[in-house]
Amino acid sequence: MTVTGGRFTATGDVVLSVRNLHVTFPSEAGLVKAVRGLSFDLRAGETMAIVGESGSGKSVTSLAIMGLHPRAARISGSITLHGRELVGLSDAQMSSIRGEDLAMIFQDPLSALTPVYTIGDQIVEAIQTHHDVSRAAAWKRAVELLDLVGIPNPQLRVKSFPHEFSGGMRQRAMIAQAIANDPDVIIADEPTTALDVTIQAQVLDVLKTAQVETGAAVILITHDLGVVAGMSDRVTVMYAGRPVEQGSVDDIFYRPRMPYTIGLLGAVPRLDATGSEPLATLQGNPPSVVDLPPGCPFSPRCPLAHAGCRTTEPDLAGVGPDHVAACWESDRITREHLTSADIFPVESAGDVPPPDTTPRTERETVLSLENLSRHYPLMKGAVLRRRVGTVYAVDGIDLDLRRGETLGLVGESGCGKSTTLLEILNLHAPTDGRIVVFGKDTSTLGRREKKTMRRDLQVVFQDPMASLDPRMPIFDIIAEPLGVHGWSKGRTETRVMDLLRTVGLEPGHANRYPQHFSGGQRQRIGIARALALEPELIVLDEPVSALDVSIQAGVINLLEDLKKRLRLSYLFVAHDLAVIRHIADRVAVMYLGKIVEVGDIDEVYSRPSHPYTQALLSAIPIPDPTTERSRTRILLHGDLPSPANPPSGCTFRTRCPIFEGLDPEQRTPCLAAMPPLEVAPDGAPVTLAQALDPAEARPGGEDRPVGRDTPTDHLVACYYARPVKVL
Amino acid sequence: MSVDFRTNEEPEALGGFAQPAAPTSHRLTRGQLVRRRFFRNRGAVIGLVVIGLLVLLALFGSYLLPWQYDQRDLGQYYKPPSGRHLFGTTQAGFDVLARTVRGLGKSLVIGFMVAVIQTTLAALIGSSAAYIGGWYEKAWLWVIDLMLVLPSFFLIAVVSQGGPKGTYAWLLLVVLLAAFGWQLSARVVRSLSMSVKEREYVAAARFMGLSTPRLLVRHIVPNIASMLIVDVCLGVGYAILGEAGLSYFGYGVQAPDTSLGTLIAEGAQSTTIAPWIFLAPAGVLVLLVMSVNALGDGLRDALDPSSMSGGQA
Repeated sequence: MTVTGGRFTATGDVVLSVRNLHVTFPSEAGLVKAVRGLSFDLRAGETMAIVGESGSGKSVTSLAIMGLHPRAARISGSITLHGRELVGLSDAQMSSIRGEDLAMIFQDPLSALTPVYTIGDQIVEAIQTHHDVSRAAAWKRAVELLDLVGIPNPQLRVKSFPHEFSGGMRQRAMIAQAIANDPDVIIADEPTTALDVTIQAQVLDVLKTAQVETGAAVILITHDLGVVAGMSDRVTVMYAGRPVEQGSVDDIFYRPRMPYTIGLLGAVPRLDATGSEPLATLQGNPPSVVDLPPGCPFSPRCPLAHAGCRTTEPDLAGVGPDHVAACWESDRITREHLTSADIFPVESAGDVPPPDTTPRTERETVLSLENLSRHYPLMKGAVLRRRVGTVYAVDGIDLDLRRGETLGLVGESGCGKSTTLLEILNLHAPTDGRIVVFGKDTSTLGRREKKTMRRDLQVVFQDPMASLDPRMPIFDIIAEPLGVHGWSKGRTETRVMDLLRTVGLEPGHANRYPQHFSGGQRQRIGIARALALEPELIVLDEPVSALDVSIQAGVINLLEDLKKRLRLSYLFVAHDLAVIRHIADRVAVMYLGKIVEVGDIDEVYSRPSHPYTQALLSAIPIPDPTTERSRTRILLHGDLPSPANPPSGCTFRTRCPIFEGLDPEQRTPCLAAMPPLEVAPDGAPVTLAQALDPAEARPGGEDRPVGRDTPTDHLVACYYARPVKVL
Repeated sequence: MSVDFRTNEEPEALGGFAQPAAPTSHRLTRGQLVRRRFFRNRGAVIGLVVIGLLVLLALFGSYLLPWQYDQRDLGQYYKPPSGRHLFGTTQAGFDVLARTVRGLGKSLVIGFMVAVIQTTLAALIGSSAAYIGGWYEKAWLWVIDLMLVLPSFFLIAVVSQGGPKGTYAWLLLVVLLAAFGWQLSARVVRSLSMSVKEREYVAAARFMGLSTPRLLVRHIVPNIASMLIVDVCLGVGYAILGEAGLSYFGYGVQAPDTSLGTLIAEGAQSTTIAPWIFLAPAGVLVLLVMSVNALGDGLRDALDPSSMSGGQA
């Protein structure tokens, strides 16, 4: 409280300087060298991103700077804040700096805010800990801060408890708390990872405002290269506890000199990429940081590695102005302009049958949903339970999936996409409508028919750890569906070994338990289990969202390869529109239990016609700094309304940027009824600015192509639909 | 897309299977893996050996010992341990060693039977109630709550007195002890199963078409196995002590037959003048319960792949 005093840095001065930071933990298996020699300078007003996969030491770095590392950890090197050494300070001394000069924003705002105090109390506490101000003044400041971070009705909401806030609002409250004392350095550890894209765009916007307001330097820790491209000035890439490349954001994205960085950039599916070339894949997994072998830790995964790489670890060396990389081959990369395609050649999968050229309409329909609805009763009371309402989780959707096709189902969490999947998998009668799988209505199936159908309909779950029974060796896990269908022991054994090879795992590892595998390998086990009975339709629930970028690319490539070779049909649920663009043939966008836009993938991405699709596409950060800087965004206001109490008329109208600009007369249709799914309007796409101009809005009716040349199945549910160029 | 690499996690993972050089040539079944992991735990193996010896002693002891449990050595009352009577004699002139061996056998049988029956009941009822839910669950909870408030001790006492007499009367005691012993565990099993039920692998198994009984046995029960094993081990101790309590009041094992509990109850009256009568059965009881617990710990670690039984890195 006393030492900190006023600010003595101007914009551009070094605020935080880290030199040769090492963090080591003891563990049962040996010493965990979590951070090995990290150095950087952070200037006021600057944003530096630390990028790396799980286990690369980025979060440990932030904890070490904050002095929040476990007591058993050993820290060496130097961390200076305004020239004051922080390494070696006692916890009490650090407490006076934390929250005052250094502030932190955590990934999960629900666990970072105390549930038993109001938001206001927690911000007031942060202020009063460091400043001798009256409670009334601190409350006033709390209200101002909440207003600054864009919480509506701050006077009222300041008295709310964390559980009354949505995820995005909690993260805003965390930011308000972090900037309460005008810190010099804000550390944001994966601040938007737990949030939906539209909310992520809002929160990143708030974070920028907060930075401008406080003039603080920001350390942004993230694995999302799109966020890095849009938010940061400088980037540090970490691998196995070591910085492997540091430079300006343009240097890192356009002139990467370290194979790991290059591979990482090549492995990200891009929203703005057409075609479905396989992604660059980094073979293998990041090493564990216990007992690292000598040499460059990336060498086992690096196609450029030679004998020298395996014996001596390269130090960071200059490869350009203010740009350093740790690679023996960086000169060669510079000289020969090597890109990810040169360094990480995509293996051809071998005998791939020629693609099926039958037109879509002539192919067999494997899955069709007709007016599918699932409503849950909302019950209240412990003894006498009574129905107080209905949750409209899925509210009348129509979809069809043809053989050999991938249909992407996208939307924010809570929009009903997972419920849709569960409805299909349960094979029960839905609340309303019909589910027809392979031409059979699921509500009419007997027990035996259901079992037969389960053979052809399989599922891959999101979390590969949770979906594999930890008590079973993977052989038993993969063999389980075979056992259900009465396969003999000998046949099962051969089949499981084949499956392990098919998904790229070592058959010799069949004895191991799931926990002995990395995330990507576990997901491959899940895929092997789904493939065991040679299904025709696989339903995938966010199969890659829990994986690191370099691992994710391998799984996506595997899924595409399997689809081609085995002629599978996928229903692919995801919230990541870039992944969907890469893998899907068609896409359906869901909002509050209804489909708002559906169509061919390229058509929907190049001519999105529903304002929600446009907002989703514009909210996704693209890993390209130039594009990212020049993009205009549609920021949706507020959160997804509760499916228990959907707005009347068009369910999207409460957040719709077009509706907002309409005059009362134009609003009439939107207020009256949910627009039906109709053929999307024709015509050249307009720009985002034009699309949001109320003067330009007109009912889509006149634009609807009556006699369009090519029949299209691009459907959209909006009265004011018009194609917009977002990408 | 081959995944052929050596990560640093490998030594730890491989350590568990002790074949780092070549990939497994033959596949081990789940049972073989568990056995391997169990035999790495020295304490558990010692526990298993001690229990085995105690069982052998209970089975064949009577053929080896010079005295029978119902044989009096007239004139030898309250004699301390000597060459003639290794653990001394009782007030009535019975050989303490012979009676301890006899009592051990009875207690072992009762203890293990009760523990296994009650834990099995608890596992099946608790997990199925949690998994099936609805009225099935409500009905079982109602039964459990009702049985918990009944004074089980008196009920067992009354029923066992009114029941059939004879050599196999103790079987009724086993049934009664087990019937009143599973409720608390079943509640614990139910709440643990509630959380296991929500896991995705259970959903995955359901979508695979696994039947409910198989799903319970393959996926839910193994994932609460640690608790069940601890429950069996504690159950052995409780059952032996419960039987001892009943026997003390004359409702349990009837003379001339005997059990460790009966012996301890007898010996407790004369601890000050003849401590050996009490010490021998009490010592055996402690040894037995400790061994059972060591065995339980070992089994729990062997079944839990995340424990250290995977060998050292």
